[in-house]
Amino acid sequence: MSDSLPLAEVAGRDETASWYEATARERIAGLLDAASFVEFVPPTARETSPHLHLFDLPVAFDDGMIVGAGRLQGGCVLVAAQEGRFMGGTFGEIAGAKLVGLLRAARETGGGCAVLLLLDSGGVRLQEANAGEIAVSEIIGAILDARAAGVAVVALIGGRAGTFGGAGLISACCSHVVVSEQARISVTGPEVIETNKGVEEFDSRDRALVWRITGGRTRVLLGIADRIVSDRIECFREAALQGVRQAPAFGLATLVAEQRRLEQRLRTLGECRDTPEIWRAMGIDEPGDVADLGDEAFAAVVAGQGTRHDAR
Amino acid sequence: MEQFTIQAEAASRCGGTRPSAIIGVVASGNLEILLERIEGTGCAIEVATSATGFRPIWEAVIADFVQRTSPGGLRISINDGGARPDTVSLRLMQGVRLISEVP
Repeated sequence: MSDSLPLAEVAGRDETASWYEATARERIAGLLDAASFVEFVPPTARETSPHLHLFDLPVAFDDGMIVGAGRLQGGCVLVAAQEGRFMGGTFGEIAGAKLVGLLRAARETGGGCAVLLLLDSGGVRLQEANAGEIAVSEIIGAILDARAAGVAVVALIGGRAGTFGGAGLISACCSHVVVSEQARISVTGPEVIETNKGVEEFDSRDRALVWRITGGRTRVLLGIADRIVSDRIECFREAALQGVRQAPAFGLATLVAEQRRLEQRLRTLGECRDTPEIWRAMGIDEPGDVADLGDEAFAAVVAGQGTRHDAR
Repeated sequence: MEQFTIQAEAASRCGGTRPSAIIGVVASGNLEILLERIEGTGCAIEVATSATGFRPIWEAVIADFVQRTSPGGLRISINDGGARPDTVSLRLMQGVRLISEVP
């Protein structure tokens, strides 16, 4: 621990501030109680990537991963935020180690502190792929250990880089997932699918296609995310607070229920070729209009679907 | 990559009580600036930039910055992703404003 660095250019809370547009530090500053954040391994420690100089690439003093402790409406939280604009928010050796350390500290609290993961990531950093892959598997293990110890792990997703590759896998291991319409969650990214299977399989430049397959609205209707909010830091704060309180217990009953839900989903939607078919199968009358609805109207559609995924 | 340190002498020490501040992100056309306190009225600016061959422009931007804000007693470390001079100038000013704030 060390002295806390000032996090953002604007100290006061801006109720209209966009999550998508904000930097990782601005997101933390707007999410937590004012001036409550204390950073671990801060930029002044200069724990930078030991690999990037081999590729003649610039490093970042925090390696694109900001970790620390703070307060959310008075409650203790441990927070990790990825900076999606640095190397696509990727998991490298240092970034991964910082998150593993945070999750292990969370486990030691035995549920006393919840964890907020502000994911914004293209996955493993290719320049340090072996270290990054190991980091992702260690993070998954550490999340499950923390949850087994009674810690709520809440993912908040709505950044520029999306949540792809290992980050997508990590999000699926959390207790509760909050997205905005701008969020994207998947494992193999659109460009990677196109490169490997051809443009006929997936046109990565078709933004409407990318979002109706991987975007926040589709993900919340499918139960890959639990909650969708407007693209405002204030909305993510409110949803994080609820997510921490509502996170399901992690045990055999939860996993069995989740397995049943996934089997059911495969039975009813397994033959669908594109998202509008899925929405029609779910009983949404005008599936073509779903992308054009305002946030409130879409929230009503989600509410109309009932609680579809109380297990995770 | 190119790395160099530019030493400057400021008219006075930078105000405020914060021990350090960070601003900006290492990305294409952007940069991060870390400011920390040191003794005296000198200003040491360590630059690591992905764009090689622009040291004279860095020196000009920094000379202008030192004259305008008098950032004495600061160690300023920069990780640059190829930002334009106006962006560098803006981030330096933001950094000094941030560390000068009285919390």
